[in-house]
Amino acid sequence: MSISAQEAHYGFTERWLPRLVLAPSFLLTLIFLYGFIIWNCYLSFTTSRLMPNLTWAGLAQYQILFENERWWVAVKNLFIFASLFIGSGMAIGIGLAIFLDQKIRGEGILRTIYLYPMALSFVVTGTAWKWMLNPGLGLEKLMHDWGFIHFTFDWLVNSEMSIYTVVIAGVWQSSGFVMALFLAGLRGVDDSIIKAAQIDGASLPRIYWKIILPALRPVFFSTLMILSHIAIKSFDLVMALTGGGPGFSSVVPATFMYAMAFTRGQMGVGAASSMMMLATVAALVVPYLYSELRGKKNG
Amino acid sequence: MANTLGRILIYTVLCLTAFYYLLPLYVMFITSVKGLEEIRSGNLLSFPTDISFAAWGKAWSSACTGVECRGLSSYFYNSVRMVIPGVLISTALGAINGYVLAKWRFKGSEIIFAMILFGVFMPFQVLLLPMAQTLGWMGIASSTTGLVFVHVVCGLASTTLFFRNYYVGIPDELIKAARLDGAGFWRIFFKIILPMSTPIIMVTLIWQFTNIWNDFLFGVVFSAGDSQPITVGLNNLANTSTSVKEYNVDMAAAIIAALPTILVYVFAGKYFVRGLTAGAVKG
Repeated sequence: MSISAQEAHYGFTERWLPRLVLAPSFLLTLIFLYGFIIWNCYLSFTTSRLMPNLTWAGLAQYQILFENERWWVAVKNLFIFASLFIGSGMAIGIGLAIFLDQKIRGEGILRTIYLYPMALSFVVTGTAWKWMLNPGLGLEKLMHDWGFIHFTFDWLVNSEMSIYTVVIAGVWQSSGFVMALFLAGLRGVDDSIIKAAQIDGASLPRIYWKIILPALRPVFFSTLMILSHIAIKSFDLVMALTGGGPGFSSVVPATFMYAMAFTRGQMGVGAASSMMMLATVAALVVPYLYSELRGKKNG
Repeated sequence: MANTLGRILIYTVLCLTAFYYLLPLYVMFITSVKGLEEIRSGNLLSFPTDISFAAWGKAWSSACTGVECRGLSSYFYNSVRMVIPGVLISTALGAINGYVLAKWRFKGSEIIFAMILFGVFMPFQVLLLPMAQTLGWMGIASSTTGLVFVHVVCGLASTTLFFRNYYVGIPDELIKAARLDGAGFWRIFFKIILPMSTPIIMVTLIWQFTNIWNDFLFGVVFSAGDSQPITVGLNNLANTSTSVKEYNVDMAAAIIAALPTILVYVFAGKYFVRGLTAGAVKG
């Protein structure tokens, strides 16, 4: 039955009530998401600095952005962080999920332990790791006490390495999440496929590699989507762990945007940088959402 | 034989990983009950000889967060005042939206759903500047009300998604039968749909609670002074430079900030995990 035919049976109120009920949320979304995107986009084409103004400046703010060394450090850092964060998060998460899927005793407890960091705020994670990776009293002191006298670990204060501390803490927080997603996926795989392959004499690792993991392609893609989206948005972890430092060696686009827009009085540049972030996310997400919604219709 | 060896290997890896995940929690706690002297003489893992909760008291009521030295307690209450209305309003709106989008579809409702859905992925940085100005116009800048408003607007996408996906699974026949009996839009919602919704309500409440409690971005941008949430308080506390860095106070503060979400996770972890996977797998 088509939607309009179904509607014909409804009374007047029942035809309009659903629309009316949805209207506030729709308006909120329309104004505060889409309207604000346009507004923000317009800001990025104005001369706004400390205060917003509407004087058209063309691409001047983008030019300032692209000539800013700090911005390119942020982009490079995001690239390093995202690839390592996604890569190691995936590897660890998938590994744990496969291991946990082997009818493990105490699975519930282990799962709970792997996933609890996800319930923490990134600010808490950042504060904790900042203490543990602290050169002097943290990991370094521990290794010295254990007899590794020449062990040094100064990544937190080393501008070459500071972004990697963000990776360490980020992976610690999020890999349990990947595990949960893949474990749910693994549980959905039909047992009889595995049995049949085992009868054919395939080894367990081979079954996982050749049959089960390929069957989990949709899980793989949604996890990839979510992790890259966490990576692009990541702000709190960097603020709490390194504050973008030492110097500006560990800034990422999200902290760059915040600094420009709210502490350095460069509103136009801030708006321009957030438009770049939006463009990146949209390039990733729109095709994904499109195929998801289409796929559902056809399926 | 090879099989036993394999299982031992698997258990070893799993347990070592579990140990690694728990380590930061252990270090945080153990550091928070040590004195400064012991922090300097011992190491990350060394057990304290003198267990003292003085650092906890200080973190709660007298540690410096910038110029003020009143601890985290007021930040904690700010978060409580922000999280309760934020969670309840966004969940209620999500339930009603999900009901319409799943059971009362009309021409264009799928497009509206897709538009709302994009909000799940949107980098909120794009909203910050216009939102800051708008909150000012609405007279709720730098207030808890303003923060609640932002969290409701930005949380709508995920709460609507959760409820919509859940309600799609409820058979249409149920609605049709109720309609034949003369039940209308609201009656069906309150008498049939809502009583079936306990699991998804739990999932959404916990999801929103965790997100809003843990939020830092909106807290740091849209609040000031007496409306700042706990995450901002913790960050200020940990980054306030004092002559002697008190790591025990930092760690006690971090645990205080994490405690509500950890407790929720321990007691209702099932729903939390379901929220995580529901948002992802069903996209």
